[in-house]
Amino acid sequence: DTSLAEVNSFSPSMPMSPSSMINKYKFQDEPELRDLFITVDDPESHITAIETFITYRVITKTSRGEFDSSEYEVRRRYQDFLWLKSKLEEAHPTLIIPPLPEKFIMKGMVERFSDEFIETRRKALHKFLNRIADHPTLTFNEDFKIFLTAQSWELSSHKKQGPGLLSRMGQTVRAVASSVRGGVKNRPEMFTEMNDYMETFSQKINVLDKIAHRIYKEEREYFNEMKEYGPIHTLWSASEEDIADSLKGVASCIDKCCKATEKRMAGLSENLLPILHEYVLYSEILMSVLKRRDQIQSELNSRVDALVNKKTEKYLFSEEIGKLEDKVECANNALKADWDRWKQNMQCDMRSTFTSVAENNLRYYEE
Amino acid sequence: VEDCLAKKMEITVSEAEKRTGRNAMNMQETYTAYLIETRAVESQSEGQCAPVDSLWRRYSEFELLRNYLSVTYPHIVVPPLPEKRADFVWHKLSADNMDPDFVERRRIGLENFLLRVASHPVLCQDKIFYSFLTQEGGWKEMVNETGFQLKADSRLKALNATFRVKNPDKRFTELKHYSDELQSVISHLLRVRARVADRLYGVYKVHGNYGRVFSEWSAIEKEMGDGLQSAGHHMDVYAASIDDILEEEEHYADQLKEYLFYAEALRAVCRKHELMQYDLEMAAQDLTSKKQQCEELATGTVRTFSLKGMTSKLFGQETPEQREAKIKILEEQIQEGEEQLKCKNLEGRDFVKSAWADIERFKEQKNHDLKEALISYAVMQISMCKKGIQVWTNAKECFSKM
Repeated sequence: DTSLAEVNSFSPSMPMSPSSMINKYKFQDEPELRDLFITVDDPESHITAIETFITYRVITKTSRGEFDSSEYEVRRRYQDFLWLKSKLEEAHPTLIIPPLPEKFIMKGMVERFSDEFIETRRKALHKFLNRIADHPTLTFNEDFKIFLTAQSWELSSHKKQGPGLLSRMGQTVRAVASSVRGGVKNRPEMFTEMNDYMETFSQKINVLDKIAHRIYKEEREYFNEMKEYGPIHTLWSASEEDIADSLKGVASCIDKCCKATEKRMAGLSENLLPILHEYVLYSEILMSVLKRRDQIQSELNSRVDALVNKKTEKYLFSEEIGKLEDKVECANNALKADWDRWKQNMQCDMRSTFTSVAENNLRYYEE
Repeated sequence: VEDCLAKKMEITVSEAEKRTGRNAMNMQETYTAYLIETRAVESQSEGQCAPVDSLWRRYSEFELLRNYLSVTYPHIVVPPLPEKRADFVWHKLSADNMDPDFVERRRIGLENFLLRVASHPVLCQDKIFYSFLTQEGGWKEMVNETGFQLKADSRLKALNATFRVKNPDKRFTELKHYSDELQSVISHLLRVRARVADRLYGVYKVHGNYGRVFSEWSAIEKEMGDGLQSAGHHMDVYAASIDDILEEEEHYADQLKEYLFYAEALRAVCRKHELMQYDLEMAAQDLTSKKQQCEELATGTVRTFSLKGMTSKLFGQETPEQREAKIKILEEQIQEGEEQLKCKNLEGRDFVKSAWADIERFKEQKNHDLKEALISYAVMQISMCKKGIQVWTNAKECFSKM
């Protein structure tokens, strides 16, 4: 049963005491002290007999000692990112792992391998890796390091090691079995509050995402009509003498407004839409992190219940209970600290995104 | 122009009222009546103000007045009425004639019409027009008594019928092309403008959704709450601002619409000239053929084939007396015809002279008015941008405090 030992990059086999864990998780984000720089670019299409897929170039520059070199260039495909995410979730079940862009987009007319789709995905993948790099714990994860540095064949062989499919399936089965409606027993108040918060937040962020898309759509329709509006004035000026110049002037103004509208739209699609989408995904992630915490708690609960029923064998269970209690406390502390950090970042992101939306609109009206 | 009615009399269409009555087929109908108020302009001395006269008229009476003016002054570009039915509507605007916004815009349009007529150097002197403004009862009968309907040429009603004119006046032909182009381009512009307005409305209104969501979201936030809440309020202000903006733009659209209809009036003058020219050519042609006939009868030579000529050959020739009688009739007709032709030529020249004077006047008015309209449109756009800057500056401040 591998779930007993907390697998982390500091001590793979020795569980740490709760107090030292708390210290570890109180880390604040310090972007000025960043020593790991990652870019994701240059999407390339690969065609084999079986499939077509895209790889992205991942460039890492670092001054960290534990990296053999200061610069790495590797190519990764979407599957590799999925692998990384699941490894991080495995290693840190109650940390908030950043969202990955979805496998494919159902809505809209975006084709699977259209330039727009690839670019949106590339930006999201870039964001994903950088968020991990900025995370005080995840940034030191071994699988993360391998992802950034290993050549493709090295990564393939590394992927084949580690807990197999069966154990992962086991975890999923347990997760389904233990999802109790109305929350788990003995859940600390703070996590119920978090749950309530996330339910509302999730609702609101989804609505905001829809509103933002709707605004983009309306702006695009407006742009399409405006494109036709200006030239009519030019056409009219051809029949006039006295007012020809005035009409041409209006035509050129309308065309300039058109260009400003295009910029406004671009601002929206480059800034607001990706961030809102990211937080829609984040809200899903947070709900599942809370569930995983509940799951760890319910393991403890069921063992404690078993103990109550079998009083004679109490001494046999106490060590196991002790380990489970530690596990729950670690999970809670990890989540609490990461939650605080996530909230700070969310606030920051929302503030800066919406401020730039306002600036975008100001620029539009000024132009 | 110094003596035009507009300078001597203040004219307003100040109110509109819904009425019910019975129509010609004794069926109940609802219509709108408009109050026309007139007051003599006195020099402002010691606050003396002349009393206001007023009477009620409905749209159909305005139409009757305009028809009368069009027929009675065919060489004048007669000011148009505001549209009968709402056209070029974008979705928010109602196409219903009884809608209060439509009625209000029509009230303004009717006042504008009366002012245009009152400031026209020729039209303002018309007695029927004066009575329209001042005489409540019996005006309709007065108009019908002028018999103007008889003067109206039904051929003009067929708008697209062509009269094959052999020697068209180039200036009028060009003017007719211009009026066609003007009509086509302004209606295209108005259609697209309506669509642009619709889309702009959409953009603004969707932002209103932010307000509600921000407010609901702020309830679960501690530090971000205030910023979100107040930003949401500004989004509501932004969304609401489009209503006034687009209402103002409707006035601009109405100004363009007036010239859309003016283009029709301009075209009508060209058509009347065309018809005059056609009648003139027909009359000249008729005269020439009669002269020819006369000559043939007198000399006995047949230059042109005619069925009569053939039948007379087949069934025996006419007696000299019959022939003399015919010649006499023809000579009378020819004399009449020549006088008529002289008249028509004079009429034609007068028409061209006075029409062209009014066309020049119209051109100047059009250029001036359209330029003013374009300027006011630009001013409106600037004001809209300024409002946008204000709202987003406020919103930005709220967001930065989140």
